[in-house]
Order: sequence, then C-alpha cells, then structure tokens
Amino acid sequence: MEKYIYMDNAATTRVKKEVLEEMLPYFSENYGNPSSVYTLGSKSKNAVEIARERVAKAINAKPSEIFFTAGGSEADNWAIKGVAFANRNKGNHIITSKIEHHAVLHTCEYLEKQGFRVTYLDVDEYGIVDLEQLKESITDETILITIMFANNEIGTIQPIKEIGEIAKSHGIYFHTDAVQAVGHINIDVDDLNIDLLSMAAHKFYGPKGVGALYVRKGVKLDSLIAGGGQERSRRAGTENVPGIVGMGKAIELAYEHLEESNKKLIELRDRLINKVFENIDHVRLNGHPTQRLPGNVNLCFEFIEGESMLLSLDMEGIAASSGSACTSGSLEPSHVLLAIGLPHEIAHGSLRLSLGDFNTEEEVDYVVEKLTEIVSRLRAMSPLYEKVKKEEK
Amino acid sequence: MYSEKVMEHFRNPRNVGEIEDADGVGVVGNPRCGDIMKMYLKIEDGIIVDVKFKTFGCGSAIASSSMATELIKGKTIEEAMKITNKAVAEALDGLPPVKMHCSVLAEQAIKSALQDYSKKHNVHIEGLEDFEPTDPHDHE
Ligand SMILES: Cc1ncc(COP(=O)(O)O)c(C=O)c1O
Ligand code: FES
Repeated sequence: MEKYIYMDNAATTRVKKEVLEEMLPYFSENYGNPSSVYTLGSKSKNAVEIARERVAKAINAKPSEIFFTAGGSEADNWAIKGVAFANRNKGNHIITSKIEHHAVLHTCEYLEKQGFRVTYLDVDEYGIVDLEQLKESITDETILITIMFANNEIGTIQPIKEIGEIAKSHGIYFHTDAVQAVGHINIDVDDLNIDLLSMAAHKFYGPKGVGALYVRKGVKLDSLIAGGGQERSRRAGTENVPGIVGMGKAIELAYEHLEESNKKLIELRDRLINKVFENIDHVRLNGHPTQRLPGNVNLCFEFIEGESMLLSLDMEGIAASSGSACTSGSLEPSHVLLAIGLPHEIAHGSLRLSLGDFNTEEEVDYVVEKLTEIVSRLRAMSPLYEKVKKEEK
Repeated sequence: MYSEKVMEHFRNPRNVGEIEDADGVGVVGNPRCGDIMKMYLKIEDGIIVDVKFKTFGCGSAIASSSMATELIKGKTIEEAMKITNKAVAEALDGLPPVKMHCSVLAEQAIKSALQDYSKKHNVHIEGLEDFEPTDPHDHE
C-alpha cells in the first residue's frame, strides 16, 4: 500500500520517536527491577519516579497521588471497585452515565451483581449528562459518581467542573475516566474537584498496556491487585518500567505542545466536517458541535452501513472505525449512539474519524474525496436510498 | 477477517440494481443487526433469466447477495430453491462465524422473491408453502 492514512487515533496512537527513544534503554541495558537494592535496580526506580512526577505535573496532582496500572481499563476497574468495596459501610449506591466506556459500564454491572445499586444517567442529543438528573439521583447511600471526561465515540466533553462541585458539596467521591482527555485537554484535578482519574498512555502517543490512576490523598480505596509492595503497596506487580518511562515522556510532550497541537487538530477536524457536509447529503454529525475532543469526527451517513464503509476505506488505505451493529461482534449498535437517541438504522451508518498529530490537510482532503465516492457507491447498492430517491422525486 | 473471495465480491458485486418489470421481488431484513436485502427476479419458462439485488448491510451481506445472485442466475426454480445459506457461504470460501447470519439473509431473499413470483403468477413452488421471511422492520 503506497498511502496509509490513519484516522483512528481514538483507538490508539503511534508512539512518538522521542518517547520510544527514552523507553529503549529500559528494555536493554537498564533492565533492573525497581525493587532491587543494587544500582541497576535504583536506575529503574528513579526512572519510574521521574515518570510519576511528569504525570502528576500534567494534571496538577502530587506524585504520591499517581499509581501506575496496566492501562485505562485497569484504572477504571480499580477506581470503581476499590471505592465501592472500601466504602460499603457508608452506602451502596453509585451514579454513572449511559455512555461510559465498557470498562466502566461492565464494572458497574459486576457491582450490581455484588449488591450495589447503580444509576445510569441519561444524556441529551449531544451526549451531555443531565445534571438535574444527577442531583436528583443522589441519596444518603451514594458513595461514588463516575462520569467520563470525554467520550471515546462521539468526543463530547462533559461539564466536569459542575459535576465535581456537585460531588464535593455532597461529600461523594468523584471518579472520571479521562482516558480520551488526558494529553488532549488541560486538566487540573484540584480546580475540577476530581478525586480519582483514569488515563492510558497509548491515547497520547505513548505505549500500550500502561496507564495510571490518580487517587486524591485521603480517598478510601481498596486494592485490586494484591501481591508485592510496589506502588506503595496499593498496586502489586513488577513495574512496566519501559512503559512507564514512555508514559512520562509522552504526557510531558503532549502538554508542552497542547495549544499548537489542538489548534491544528480543531482546524483539521472542522475542515473535515465542513467538507463532508458540502459534498455528501443525508449526513449528520454526532456529538456536540464545539464541546468535543479536538480530533474527533463522528458522522452518520444514512442508508448505508458502517462495516461496508470501513472495508471500502481500508481498500483506499484509510483506517477508521464505526459504531454499527455489524461491526460490534454482539450485533448491537453502539450504546453511545443509542443513548443520544439515534434510531437503530441511523446508528448503522456511523463512522468515526479521529485525527491526530500526524494527520495533514492533504490527508483530510483525500479522505473526503474517497469518502464521497464510497458513500455514493454504497448508496447505489442500498434499497433504502432507492426508496428515498423515489420519494424525493 | 474475510476471505479473498468475499472481498472480491464486495469490491465488484455482481448483479447490483433493480429490474423494472420483475416477475418476483423479495425484501428481507436481518432481525439481528437490522440489515435489509432486496432481490428482483425475471423468470421465463421456469428459468431465472435475470436477477438483481440491493443490500443495506455489511461487507458479508453484500458479498452474500452478490454470490447468491450468481448461484441462481440461469437456474431453474427448483435448483434455486435448493440454494442454502451454507452453499452461499461455501461459494465465498467461508464466512466468519458471527457473519453466517448474513448468508441466511441471502437465502431468504431468494425464497422471498420466488414466493412473490409464485403468488403473482399463480405458480406452485414446492417448499414455499410455509416460508415466512423475517420481518425487515423487526429490529428486536
Ligand atoms: C474512554 C475510555 N476508557 C477506557 C479505555 C480503556 O483503556 P485501555 O484500552 O488502555 O485499557 C478506553 C480505550 O479504549 C477509552 O477510550
Ligand atoms: S448484515 Fe449485519 S453483520 Fe452482516
């Protein structure tokens, strides 16, 4: 393939060169176990602590409040199960939303089986949680509010500051799955009243399989992984040193260049959206027009199905994703698209193009050109389009 | 994920389109994921002389429709009645397990179009007495 255009940066990103370079010595010459007392071990230990400082600084936390994990899913599981089991004597009620990542939703479902009660908040047509419903849902039994910072499918950014204030005023812990937000949005855990926050390095040009949970000092949290004394005895297991080093470098780079990167991404994003609307009819934008991640474009093309779009795009060397039922394995359309009120058949034609630092204007233009051809080819095959065209005549 | 054959039929689907004065038209829907397949038949002396389809669905659904039309074109009604979803999937060098239901849609589209023909032309077709395609609007 001569040309390969990667527009699935919400799924994962390419590790940046500078990040990889910092990681490499920790696979080879600096292979010591951070828990060992000899010099080789302390080299690793130091590297982990530098990374911890970098991660902490990025979200205005203290290094002692950062715990490394094996990614976003572990951080979400830990935060929610950990708070639930440690605070059971206070109450058994958890509040979340209908559009969370499965790492949160399936954890909540598991807790329901363990006797906890969970409220799943509705969202509006843009995917923003209903704050009134949130306030009304709070009871004396509520121990945790867990609402994602930004949605992975439609890119909608939640009113995190308001949620943080509501949680704080009721003395309830607030966890946010910020896996899609960290490295892309300025985050200050104090200003936003966040008690726990999940992140994953591979969403901001770091390596896969490494993440972190921020835990505000004083939060009562059970451990998820029992074993050795790593991570101040709260998360056992020999550290993924190269991964952690990469995460530290990646987060530092991301926030150093946040403004220029976002400016470029928003330009590319809006160019992509505008060009699609100029060239293709019967299309809608999912998510909020402005309160959205800088790189997120999520569209529904009526009368066609997402998987056939993805296959066609792949044939042109373009990588994207879809929330269509046919792509889901479970043959159910995305729960996020259903929660924003899309009918089944519209959700069927969903396409997510998530832009990143490596994308260019030329790529955006090329993608729109190919997409226009693909949509019209697939519509020519669609019995629904045929019907609509006849009705329009 | 898909065989070369599936991709080839997805890339260049055979017999896409409509037949204006079709002798039989069948529309079936996939209750599992909400896809729709429409098949048009032109029948002369018990032989399917032309067939066209339109499909709203995944790659496997499009390839299955394309293959199904190839398998029945030029065949007698009796021969077309014998085409199963397995035969469609095999002709495509197999489908992933989660995608087998897309080939069921193709088999049903053939039967539904033949049933329409049988009703319109008052021709009895063995095996279609009890055939009931799944409702295309039933999304479960
Ligand atoms: C919002 C959100 N939460 C959690 C996760 C899970 O992260 P990981 O794949 O690193 O476990 C993802 C990544 O897909 C995500 O986008
Ligand atoms: S038709 Fe939906 S999965 Fe194939």
